[in-house]
This record gives sequence, structure tokens and C-alpha cells, in this order.
Amino acid sequence: MTTMQVLFLFFAAIILGSAIKVVTTKKMIHAAFWLVVALFGIAALYAMLNAGFLAMVQIVVYVGAIAILFIFAVMLTRKELLDKGAALNNNKTIAALISLVFFGGLLLLLTNWSGFTKMAPDLPEGDMVAKLGEALVTPNAYLLPFEVASVLLLAALIGAVYVANEARSE
Amino acid sequence: MNSIPISWYLVLSAGLFSIGLFGVLARKNAVAILLGIELMLNAVNINLVTFWRYNNPADVTGQVFAIIVFAVAAAEVAVGLALVISIYRKRDTVMAEDINLMKW
Repeated sequence: MTTMQVLFLFFAAIILGSAIKVVTTKKMIHAAFWLVVALFGIAALYAMLNAGFLAMVQIVVYVGAIAILFIFAVMLTRKELLDKGAALNNNKTIAALISLVFFGGLLLLLTNWSGFTKMAPDLPEGDMVAKLGEALVTPNAYLLPFEVASVLLLAALIGAVYVANEARSE
Repeated sequence: MNSIPISWYLVLSAGLFSIGLFGVLARKNAVAILLGIELMLNAVNINLVTFWRYNNPADVTGQVFAIIVFAVAAAEVAVGLALVISIYRKRDTVMAEDINLMKW
């Protein structure tokens, strides 16, 4: 076992363990905090995959914005501070079965794939972040998806404000 | 440095996706269902970055895809949570089974 493998297993255990806590914890605020732990673990995986920029974006956007949004929503949508009653609905057995079958199917597909044990090629020379930034603003590369994403974010912003704003007259 | 085969990442992301799927199917609270969707989106993102790293790291396509997924996830969470808060104000509940006005 190399150091990278040990690190990977450590982060994988953190991610899967906290993901299971996210979907089973009764207290919603704890589930939101477990999601933060899982997102940090995924950011560490990005760093291990030599995608340092994405690791930073993961922490800034997911942990800094999306997780905080979840925590706000949890605090805004409960009548008392204690969460009572079951966290899972009556279909939990079927849901667990579907998830397990799905996971098994994915494993079956993956193990039959010829590139399953491929190792990573060496990284190319040069600054990957600079390359990524140039690709996002080059018209022949990804300028259009980049602009569409910003329009989508603007539309979502206006839509969210409109939907959540109850002060308007009905 | 490159001692991890691609299979490790793919199995991890398959597991994370399945856990998220379970959350979406089994949780009662609508906010928790959105948490499950976030887990699934993150699993997809791990896959995208892994295939970028293991197939052709000179091409940035995989990373660009992951960034677009980040933006879509942020938009989806903002609208989804706004809907949940709006429903909570009108019906005083966020439990998915109680939001049954259009249930046949």
C-alpha cells in the first residue's frame, strides 16, 4: 500500500460514512452538517486527482454556499427545534433494495469493462488552471456553455427570489 | 504518485450515487431529498474528474463539464429550497408525503 492508496481509503471511508449519515440521520441539521463533511472529503479526492482548482471550487461553492443554503432552509422550515418521528418513509425496504440492485448493476457493468484497472497517465507539462481558464473564454472552446451557465444562474436567482417571496399580493 | 487504479474511484462514486438514490427514495423530509440529490450530483462529478484524469489530462473537457455541473447544482438547490420554503409557508409542512394536493 502506498501513501496515496492509504489516503484514498481514508477519504473514501469519510465520504461513504458521512453520506450514509446524511440519508439516515433523524435530525435534519445534523444531516446538513454531515453533508459538509462528505463535501470536504470529495474536495480532497479532487486534489488527489490533480484537479486543485476544482477542489477549491468544491469548498467555496458547495461548502461555502450550497451547504449554508441547506442549513438556512432546515432552520426556516421547522416548527420546533426537535425533529420528531421517523426520518424514513414506509418504502425504505424497497428503496434500499433498489439502491443495492442499482449498485450491483453498476459494479457488474464496471467489472466487465476492459479499462477497469487502468492507471493514470502522466500529467502534461504546463499550468492546468491557466489552460482551463483559457478554454472557458475561448469562442471555439467552451465560451458558449460558460455563458449559458451564467444565464441559468441568473434565471435561478430571480426564480428563487420570486418563489420564496410571500410578500407579493396573491 | 499514480498508484491508484481507476476502479477505486469508480466504485466509490457508484456507492455514493447509490446512497444518494436511497436518500431520495426513502427520506420523508423534502430538504433531505434535496440532500440526496446533492450526493448523486457529487458522485457524477467524481466520475467526470476521474475520467478526465485517467483518459486524457491534456484536454480540459472533463473539468469544464464538472464546473457546469457545479453551476447547475447551485441553481437547482436555490430553486428547490425556495419551493420547499414556499410550500412550508402555505401548508405548514415539508414532509413529502403530506404534500399531496395533486396526488390522484
